Amino acid sequence: MKKRWLCLFVENEVGVLARITGLFSGKAYNLNSLTVGTTQDETVSRVTISLFSDDQLFEQIKKQLNRMVEVIKVIDYTDIDIYRKEIMFLKILKCTENDCAFLFQFSEVYGIRIFDFNKDSVLMESIKAEEENNLMLQLLYKRLDNPIEIVRGGSVAIEAV
Amino acid sequence: MEITGAQLFVKALRKEEVNILFGYPGGQAIDLFDALYGQSDIEVILPRHEQGLIHAADGYARSVKKTGVCLVTSGPGATNLVTGIATANYDSVPLVCFTGQVPTHLIGNDAFQEVDIVGITRNICKYAVTVRNRQELGTIIKKAFYIAATGKPGVVVVDIPKDIQQEYGDDTYPNTVEIRGYKPSVTVHEGQIKKALTALKQAERPLFLVGGGVVVAGAGKEMEKLVDITGIPVVSTIMGKGAIPTSHPLYIGNIGIHASYAANKAISECDVLCSIGTRFNDRITGKAGTFASKATLIHIDIDPASISRNIAVDIPIVADAKKAISHLLEKTESYDCEAWKKQLEELKKLYPLARKQTGLTPQFIIEKINEIFDKLIVVTDVGQNQLWTTQFLELNEEKQMLTSGGLGTMGYGLPAALGAKLGNPEKHVVAICGDGGIQMNIQELATAVVQELPVIVCILNNGYLGNVRQWQQMFYNNRYSSTCLKYRKGCKTGCTGPGKMCPVYTPDFVKLAESYGALGIRVTSEEEVEAAFKQAIENDLAPTLIEFIIEPEENVLPIVPPGRQLSEMIMEY
Repeated sequence: MKKRWLCLFVENEVGVLARITGLFSGKAYNLNSLTVGTTQDETVSRVTISLFSDDQLFEQIKKQLNRMVEVIKVIDYTDIDIYRKEIMFLKILKCTENDCAFLFQFSEVYGIRIFDFNKDSVLMESIKAEEENNLMLQLLYKRLDNPIEIVRGGSVAIEAV
Repeated sequence: MEITGAQLFVKALRKEEVNILFGYPGGQAIDLFDALYGQSDIEVILPRHEQGLIHAADGYARSVKKTGVCLVTSGPGATNLVTGIATANYDSVPLVCFTGQVPTHLIGNDAFQEVDIVGITRNICKYAVTVRNRQELGTIIKKAFYIAATGKPGVVVVDIPKDIQQEYGDDTYPNTVEIRGYKPSVTVHEGQIKKALTALKQAERPLFLVGGGVVVAGAGKEMEKLVDITGIPVVSTIMGKGAIPTSHPLYIGNIGIHASYAANKAISECDVLCSIGTRFNDRITGKAGTFASKATLIHIDIDPASISRNIAVDIPIVADAKKAISHLLEKTESYDCEAWKKQLEELKKLYPLARKQTGLTPQFIIEKINEIFDKLIVVTDVGQNQLWTTQFLELNEEKQMLTSGGLGTMGYGLPAALGAKLGNPEKHVVAICGDGGIQMNIQELATAVVQELPVIVCILNNGYLGNVRQWQQMFYNNRYSSTCLKYRKGCKTGCTGPGKMCPVYTPDFVKLAESYGALGIRVTSEEEVEAAFKQAIENDLAPTLIEFIIEPEENVLPIVPPGRQLSEMIMEY
């Protein structure tokens, strides 16, 4: 089982997303993340999917997606240079003064932005590849016991020029 | 000129050359039905239940090779289609199903008779869409007919809200449609065809496997020619049976769990297998990894997703069966595989499907059907009746079989037979059903009576849900759990089989047929069979129901036990 990345161009219509996610649930494919947004052509949406599968199943998933009437194009990112980013919001609660100081240092070192805070909470945004965001969380958990509210946006990706 | 959505709907049907529509009205479809009122070029058939309705459209579409059209109302009308949608889609039958919907401003309000039928059917059909505004109605209907009939045919659901049916708008219906995400394969990869021919040439034990795709593509003649020229033996799935005449000297039989021994042996022993139009369903492959394990696999299928899904393939060819076979025909030659042919012929003789039995057996009844009828469509229900039919029925250009192979839908037989008869009035249409399946849509006898459709409905009555009972007998220690249809409240628990004390069967099928206005005949011995069929043929303005009382514990043999490979068949039990 490997992690794979796919990009879909789909009709920007009611129900298309349901049809795609329905395929994953109906056929018991292992979906990791899915993001969707409109493109320069407002009738087309672009979907970035990450999933776990072996080679044979991955081929099958691509074919199944391709045969959907609403799917215009499927791009396999396996052998393509791509840039991927995921937005992750972290709200760190019950911070002591020390915690706050640490978080400001941490954000500077790792290039994470703090964009709101008060005396006992800090709100941060991390825009990195999914794996790097995972690492940020690990590092924070190592140092802090505070409750953290996490919102992750799922990855978007684009081919290198 | 401005016309209503409902009027545009009727115009679209005319343009699509629809002359039969299967419809059941209701509150949210009333405008569509109103637009159909009083005209005569589209005949509206009113079955008695929406499930029967869609199976009838399915039987019509399969037998005529034309898109079937259903029209039902919202809510329960639409949900009653669900089984039929899955049935047809699984077997690549082109259908367009129109469902009425509550007005757009009420969608999402849990309005009376509102269901999200597009959401419900999304995963069991080829395409489903709700019309959101009047302007797009024409294009959507055009798209629906195009998608249903092209590529791998399937079911399209078009959900039309009531206000859109009523709204005035443009009267144009497009002649063509362009769908950027839908481009069915129209070419054949020459390089792959060459590879396939080379593999066949090098083979010592080559074999063709034909599936439903060959029948759907109408490629029977080409396939027969290919077999004739190459001299390569051929086996089929049950959906592919009849693609070439079953009497063809190179036709070995069906493969799969109730196959002929020789056909399964051919699969296990062949060194090159050229499969056309089958997705290698688990019913034909047996234990995974053991199917055709000695063979180089060539797989021709219109659907790329069917290739290398269940069985890894060496030479994939994505193409329409008819086109691919024609390409093979252009460059093929005669192959020398005499020893192999002889081996299979001997196996076929040594292990015939036909068993030496006496009495009123399913085999006897089906062989009588072979004997009596010339131009024939046989429609099966699902279960033992279906399996026996696929074993013993003889097929050729004049004799066709319709069966729910993929979904295995009980209740399919009678309504699909009506649809087939409507589309083929010149042919005899015989439904072969079990006593279980027939009761799932028996109300359609009324439709057959009012439409004066002389279909011949055979019920093989063994008093059981026979196929499950057989499994319970063979693999579950005779524990006949909920499979006895004679059961009554007074029966002892833990029954393991029929006996003298068994209650009387209900309903009395003969009386039931009579109450519908059909002819009812009960047959209890082999001597009565021929006369019953003769009587049915004479009854040419109404359906005939023939109830055959067969042995309660008759089994379908041979059988590949669950989890075993194809060559491990139980021949006798």
